[in-house]
Amino acid sequence: MSDYNFAYLDEQTKRMIRRAILKGLAIPGYQVPFASREMPMPYGWGTGGVQVSAAILTPDDCMKVIDQGADDTTNAVSIRKFFEKTAEIETTEATNAASVIQTRHRIPEEPLREDQVLVYQVPIPEPLRFLEPRETETRKMHSLEEYGLMHVKLYEDIAKHGAIATSYAYPVKVEGRYVMDPSPIPKFDNPKLEMAAIQLFGAGREQRIYALPPYTKVVSLDFEDFPFEASKADHACDLCGADAAYLDELIIDDAGGRMFVCSDTDFCQTRRAAGHIGAQGAPFEEAAQ
Amino acid sequence: MYVAVKGGERAIDNAHAWLAEERRGDPSVAELSVAQIREQLALAMNRVMAEGSLFDPDLAALAIKQSRGDLIEAIFLIRAYRTTLPRLGHSQPVETANMACDRRVSATFKDAPGGQVLGPTFDYTHRLLNFKLAAEGEVPEAPQAPPRETPTPHIVAFLNREGLIQDEPASDDTPRDLTREPLELPADRALRLQSLTRADEGFVLGMAYSTQRGYGRNHAFVGELRIGTCAVEMDIPELGFTIDIGEVELTECETVNQFTGSKSEPPQFTRGYGLTFGQTERKAISMALVDRALRWKELGEEDTGAPAQDEEFVLSHADNIQATGFLEHIKLPHYVDFQSELELIRKLRTEANAMKEAAQ
Repeated sequence: MSDYNFAYLDEQTKRMIRRAILKGLAIPGYQVPFASREMPMPYGWGTGGVQVSAAILTPDDCMKVIDQGADDTTNAVSIRKFFEKTAEIETTEATNAASVIQTRHRIPEEPLREDQVLVYQVPIPEPLRFLEPRETETRKMHSLEEYGLMHVKLYEDIAKHGAIATSYAYPVKVEGRYVMDPSPIPKFDNPKLEMAAIQLFGAGREQRIYALPPYTKVVSLDFEDFPFEASKADHACDLCGADAAYLDELIIDDAGGRMFVCSDTDFCQTRRAAGHIGAQGAPFEEAAQ
Repeated sequence: MYVAVKGGERAIDNAHAWLAEERRGDPSVAELSVAQIREQLALAMNRVMAEGSLFDPDLAALAIKQSRGDLIEAIFLIRAYRTTLPRLGHSQPVETANMACDRRVSATFKDAPGGQVLGPTFDYTHRLLNFKLAAEGEVPEAPQAPPRETPTPHIVAFLNREGLIQDEPASDDTPRDLTREPLELPADRALRLQSLTRADEGFVLGMAYSTQRGYGRNHAFVGELRIGTCAVEMDIPELGFTIDIGEVELTECETVNQFTGSKSEPPQFTRGYGLTFGQTERKAISMALVDRALRWKELGEEDTGAPAQDEEFVLSHADNIQATGFLEHIKLPHYVDFQSELELIRKLRTEANAMKEAAQ
């Protein structure tokens, strides 16, 4: 793919995106407008994350791409191939071997390090969007730190359901200032948002970038008497036996039988390679790959 | 015992191979050439150029071939290609008053300098399937008239001379660029027009139609609709003068709309404007109506709450590449978010049932 610049985008565009990223890092949780480009994959399919990754990748980087925690979901495969072709960089499925991880809907189970960057694909960056559809209004609300509407929504959930009825894209407050949408990660992942790695969020269609510098304080919104709870299915992984990892539920027979497996495929495989076996798992074999 | 599902990569490769085969169709039927699409499906090609924001008939025709005739997919191909092109400079504004018109009609004056020129229009065809076309067949040559030597003046300019229509003062300000800056609202008119000219034809048509049916009515007359080619000129700093670098086919629509005025200001007609690549007149007329509807604030009209008056609503939802991408992304896996919803709903149901039992 020598017809295209390294990582597809031209250097001017990368510079524009890097500026937005730096501004985002300087104002954690603030949504920085940027002139998102049309990418050769559809809007809504990770164009924001792809542009952020393209802007930060260097030829020495090793990249991992996950969707729903898995490296082999079709869109993750497609995005990984895109960077293999346009940047000719090394790619990996191993979380600890990657310097840049692009993700959709999950944070890897294994804690990330200071020399890693986690890039999120974001569909709707505005945490207040479904409370107020107008961008002109929500930007005002952020600048005035006017988040009452969000608390009313959470309160109404409790009044109606007895619990906060948000299970993913659970809103957080960053360094006591901006309310931020962590992208549609399950709320199980919210506590991991305080981490050593840089976290960058790219929303292509909505033309927004935001960021969390390492060790930024990120608090999931809640009430004293209804504290935030990071929940997951009450099972252990049927393949590797992990009991504190986020699980996917599979339907495995016509009778509706279920099994639960780690959504983070690298985490699960690493555990199985180390000899952990779940209730329905087989001993790990390299050949089964 | 369960083995985790793998094989996304092979599935994608195989799907692409099948797609390529389906695109070609039955190999015993002759393959469609790009030139055939360019020449014989010109209106599809024009739509792709207009909404793809790139005037290149051959590439638009290629995109239609590659997309199997799915025009939004073709527009997407063109847009994705367009972003990779370096920006060498910009042209002078095209002078539509100097357009070599193939078609030029006015609904406001029976005749005017330059006359009414129907051009190659479907307007007065009877929509009867022409079965002869199924058997192919050559067409007789159309009669020709000598082309007009002098430029065809804009009809709305005649109204402007009398002060009957609101003036649009010329400006040398550099407009903001929708493709280089994020769209921030409120947008000025130049930005709105940029957005509308690349907007989805169906969306703009629907919005325009809604104004005709009373949702933000602005009573439009087609003052003039013209289709033809315009020279594109560019300043070349090394030469120190302007040269022609080519020509583009354009459709321009100027509407004359309901008048405004007050006790102190005598009434004047107002304007809507549409300009699109290629012969795309449905789009250009729709654009003019929506442009006019979006000008309510500047013209001191009332916000009736009509969708076509709502700038944020119109501009945020008009782009079919954004819309189709986001709509279709819901096909992607959402196991993780769905799983979290499953857990939540199970938990809420368990609690609700426990409370019901306790109450009994």
